[in-house]
This record gives sequence, C-alpha cells and structure tokens, in this order.
Amino acid sequence: MNALRRNVLKGAAGAGVVAVAVAAGLLKPTQAMAAWNKAAFEAKNVGDAMKGIGAASPADSKDITIKAPDIAENGAVVPVEVTSGIAGTTSIAILAEKNASPLVGNFNLSGGAQGFISTRIKMGQTSLVRAVVNAGGKSYTAAKEVKVTIGGCGG
Amino acid sequence: MHMNRREFLQLLAVAAASGMALDSKSALAGNAPANFYDVPRHGNVSFLHFTDCHAQLLPVWFREPNVNLGVGAALGKVPHLVGQHLLKEYGIKPGGAEAHAFTYLDFTEAAKVYGKVGGFAHLKTLVDKMRAQRPGALLLDGGDTWQGSATSLWTNAQDMVDACIKLGVDVMTPHWESTFGAKRVMEIVNKDFKKANIDFVAQNIVTNDFGDQVFKPYTIKEQNGVKIAVIGQAFPYTPIANPRWMVPDWSFGIRDDSMQKWVDEARAKGAQVVIVLSHNGMDVDLKMAGRVTGIDAIFGGHTHDGVPQPVKIKNAKGMTLVTNAGSNGKFLGVMDFEVKGKRVTSFKYRLLPVFSNLLPADPAMDAYIKKVRAPYESKLSEKLAVSDDFLYRRGNFNGTWDQLLVDAMMAVKGADAAFSPGFRWGTTLLPGDAITMERLMDQTAITYPQTTLTSMTGEMIKTIMEDVADNLFNADPYYQQGGDMVRVGGIEYTIAPNAAIGKRIGSMTIKGKPVAASKTYKVAGWAPVAEGATGEPIWDVVATYLRDKKVIKGLKLNEPKIIGVGKSNPGIANYKGGVS
Repeated sequence: MNALRRNVLKGAAGAGVVAVAVAAGLLKPTQAMAAWNKAAFEAKNVGDAMKGIGAASPADSKDITIKAPDIAENGAVVPVEVTSGIAGTTSIAILAEKNASPLVGNFNLSGGAQGFISTRIKMGQTSLVRAVVNAGGKSYTAAKEVKVTIGGCGG
Repeated sequence: MHMNRREFLQLLAVAAASGMALDSKSALAGNAPANFYDVPRHGNVSFLHFTDCHAQLLPVWFREPNVNLGVGAALGKVPHLVGQHLLKEYGIKPGGAEAHAFTYLDFTEAAKVYGKVGGFAHLKTLVDKMRAQRPGALLLDGGDTWQGSATSLWTNAQDMVDACIKLGVDVMTPHWESTFGAKRVMEIVNKDFKKANIDFVAQNIVTNDFGDQVFKPYTIKEQNGVKIAVIGQAFPYTPIANPRWMVPDWSFGIRDDSMQKWVDEARAKGAQVVIVLSHNGMDVDLKMAGRVTGIDAIFGGHTHDGVPQPVKIKNAKGMTLVTNAGSNGKFLGVMDFEVKGKRVTSFKYRLLPVFSNLLPADPAMDAYIKKVRAPYESKLSEKLAVSDDFLYRRGNFNGTWDQLLVDAMMAVKGADAAFSPGFRWGTTLLPGDAITMERLMDQTAITYPQTTLTSMTGEMIKTIMEDVADNLFNADPYYQQGGDMVRVGGIEYTIAPNAAIGKRIGSMTIKGKPVAASKTYKVAGWAPVAEGATGEPIWDVVATYLRDKKVIKGLKLNEPKIIGVGKSNPGIANYKGGVS
C-alpha cells in the first residue's frame, strides 16, 4: 500500500469506525445511537450477558466462523472477525468469556448487510471468545480459544 | 557389524590414546564410510537447507537433548524421540558418526573422536560440493541465523549477513532476526539482500493496521526448466516470545488460510513444485501439513530437531513432506525431487552432519571469518573460568549451562530464586574446557540482555511457571511456542506435562520449605520482553561470578520430577530428576 493512501485511510479511521460504517449504510444511525444495553454489557458472567442480548440458550452452529489468533500478540487489542453464514443474520455479539464483563460488543445489521464484523477486543486472560448470532428470531453460537500469555522464553 | 556401548567406549579409548582424535579421518574410517559426503543426485530439482545456526561462524560442540517429550498426538512420535529410540526409528548404527550427530549418547567421549561440528567455512565446502552435483540447487536459510554469538551482536548482524551472502543463500525467512528491530531488518532486506539477490519471504508477517504483506510471501524460481515456488513462514509468535516493541507495526501468527491462498496462487502461476521454508517449529509444521494442501515439502526449523528423514503427512489432496534440520550449523539438509509430468514423482533426502574435520575449510570463507573476528579476538578469548563439568543447554527442563546462569544470578543478585528462559540455542563445552567470554556469549547474546530482580509472591511464581509450561506442553501445537521450560534456580518442583494449564506444576519448595502463595520472594531473571528494562546485562553478571569462582565443578542440576509421562516414554532417557 502506498504511503499516501495509508495516511488518507488513517485519517478516515481517526474520524471513527462507526461514522464510516454509518456512511456505508451498514448501521442505521438509530442503532448506532441506540440506548446502552446496560444489563447485558455490565453482566459479570456469560449467562447473564447472553440473556441480556436475548440469546439465553443459543444453538451451536458450524455456519459461524471466528477468525482470531490462537495466541494473542497483545491482549489489549486482539483482532477478531466473525462471519455468519446464517441467512437473515440481524446481529452478531462477541463475548470474551473470562473478562470481568464478558460482553464486548453487539453489532446490529440491517438492510441485507453481510453477516460479517471485524473488530479488536481487550482480553485479560486466556479464554473462549464466543460469537452469538441472532437470525430469524433464533440465536446461534460458536467459540474459539484465544490464549493470552505473559510471553518471553521462546526459541 | 553391531557394536555395543561397551565396545564403542573401548574403541574411543583406544582412538584417543593413539592420538586419533587429532585426525578424525582415521578414527572415522571404521565408523563412517570414506564416501560419507558422496550423495548422488536424484531427479532434477534440489534444495539445500540449513536453519537455526544461531550465528556460529566457527565449528562448535553441540549436544542433542535427552529430554524432548511429545504431548497429545505427538507422544512417542518424531521428533520426540531421544537417544536409542531415535537410532532405532531410523535404523542408525549405534556408535557411528551419525549416531553421534543425532543423539546425546556418549557425547563427551564421541565428541573427542569426531571433532567439532558446523562452521561456515566447512559448511561452504559442503554446500559447494552438493551444488557441483546439482546445478541450480537452491540454498534455503530457515532463520535464527543472525543471532546467537558475540560477533553477530556486536556487528549488529552484519557478520552473518555477509557470511550468508558469501555462502550463496537464495531464500530466507526470519525469527530472531526481528530482535535487531524492524528498521535494521528492512535495511538488510532492502540493501544487502537486494544487491545479493536473496529473497526474504514471510507470508505470515503483515502490518498491524491494514494487514498488508510486509515482505514478499513467496518467490518463484526456476531449476532445469521447472518452475518452483518457495513460500516463507516466519516464527508465528515472534511478538510474544520476543519483545513486541522491537516490531511494533508487524503482526505474525500462523495464518493457515493465507498460506493456502499463496499455495493456490503459486500453482495457478505454473509452479510445479511448491515448498514452504518454515520457522513454525516441527509440531506446528506437522499440523499445518495436514490442513493446507498443495505443498510438496515444508523445510522446518525453530525446534532444533535433527530429523534424519522427512515425515510424510497425508492431507485432503495429497501428501506433504516435513523436515527439520537441527541447529548451530551442525547439519545441511539435501532434498532431491524428481519432477515428471509437471509434478513431484519421487524424492531422496539426507540430513548431512557437518563434521568440520572431514570437510576442509573453504579458504575464502575462512579468511572472511578471521577478518570479521579480528577486532574482537582479545575480548572473545578472555578466559573467565575453567569448567570441570560438562556444560550443555538443550533439554526440556534444564541444562548445566542454564544451571550455571541461574546459580550466578542468585549469587550475584542475592536472590531466593532465578528464572532463565528456555532457549534452545547455545553451544556445548566439554569437561576441562575454558569458559571464555565467547562461550558465555553463545548462551546470552541477545539484544535485550538486561537482568532483573523482582519481588514476587509464591502465587505469581507458580502462574509464570504454569504459563511457560503450557507454551511447551499444550496438546495443540498451534498453542505452543517452541522453546523449552523456563529454567528455575532455587525452587524444586514437580511437573505433569499432560495436565491442563494451571494444574501442571506442584510440590514447589524453596530451601526445603513449601513455597507459600502469599509470601514474597526475590526472584532474579533476564531477557525481559517489556520495553525500557535497565538491568546489568546477563553476561556481565555471569562473568563476575565466573571470574570469582575460577573453576566450575559439581554443578547441581535442578530438574523437576516429571509425573505421568511413563517411564518408557521414548522422549526421555537418562533423566536424573525422576520420571513416572
């Protein structure tokens, strides 16, 4: 990538990922500004967090792909991508199960948006990273272990 | 003729007594065929591979491990075979030159007969000999080439860069190279390597911001009219095992999916042979070979396994060969492929030990090495102490060299306990050898050598040990980092490699008393991965200790009791710490 394009894009990123997503029509402004789901985001365990987003007992699904490192390079910014191949996906939530507050984010999708999100999450320790997808009034889930290690001592 | 250990030792005694050690050619006559290095060419496409030489320009001693446990699916399988188990697997005659090269067996006695291994002047002679029979053969450098010696540290890797150019390297992929910093790596790749036409490839290094490739993922070459792709796979956990701040803008990882993409792209461009030059470590390579299709061979390193023959791994669309070529300049892998009808139809592989006494030094390389060392000779040759003990590092849990480092740290820093990283590089010293500054630097020459003294609770100490143990013994290779267990001074413990994380370490005692979870202990260590550390370099701490001691003898090796791996586990032999 040439340096100019990189700088331009960095400037755009500085303007805020949400703004870019709104501009691209992926998120409705009302959703971006929607009321803070306090109960779900402040839940201290996975069960309460899932209840909070209306997915108390999601079914395991092989149509959800989580792309995340096996071992995090930096627990403060762990890149996570979730792809949902489930038709009519309306939301994708990410949970880091052993975080003090497991629910990291819940993304509402509309207007036939592809079931794909990419973000970076903070993780305090080795844990399952769980994706919860809502589609057609039902909920589905998949998980992948991401290891957070103190490092050093290799090779 | 089969020779048992007793007969072998008698032969060695006779050989040493009659001065044969000075001329290993005659001593070897009975054990190594005169045509040891005659390797007739097979087929039409060839690769020469060395890896993990750790900047050793001169011949050295290097002892293979007596503990290299496999966990999960790797239990009892290559490369987790030591000593007699390895010889049996590959049908290598005990007591011969190859048995000495591939195992720890009778190391000190055999070393005197067979002499030192490696050295770039000798490696150059062997490379040229193989190339003469294989016009167009590509020379692959698997990385961990720029780090590991005093001179590479003091010349900022330049001595190794120039040596590799003179050796005729064609393609390289990195690991420890990154510890010279991203800027220095880019300078070498864009100037020295570009001028010398060396391809630096790494499909799994991308920028942190946009995920762009930092280096070429692969290069296409041609040999005897056959198109070949060489894909690079850098050590996936560089920013975790080594300081992340040295490569702040780069992200690594295993990246199977992009590997598959590059393999498919190379095939689509007409590559008839696709190989991967990898620094994954052998267990990771074996797993990757089962998941990614279309690779003819993975030439591996990192875990320093001297594996005599490739492991064949079947996957959804065919078969991939996986090799690992040892360390410290000790071996050169020679892979010959026959390519017919646009595909590989057969192969022949040899992992040739580089016996410096059997390969005359290449005069030009020899002169170069002398020249590059000259400004440092007096510093390198400073005699710090003499060791009556046998000093080695390699092994899952401890080595006498590491015991010396932790003993020195505890004594000089007044610590209750000490940690030393489970590095797999570092040369071997025979009993009676002088410990020079150069040999000490072989164990310690890194760009983040600071020592630290930290107050830690017993709980924190256990957490660290559990964390490192999981990096070594996680049943899934993709969660392993490829080093050995952290070396521990002052604390005795037990370890259950097959247990889950948090449950492996037990019975921790310090000076005979149980380690208390809430009590605070002074713990010395070195090689901090965090930015801004300021302690005295490890080599100064250990040099102080050695100058004071003058003679090293009776080192008490602190090895944990190993639980649950089985007494007959082929990954462990001659272990004094206790196995069940």
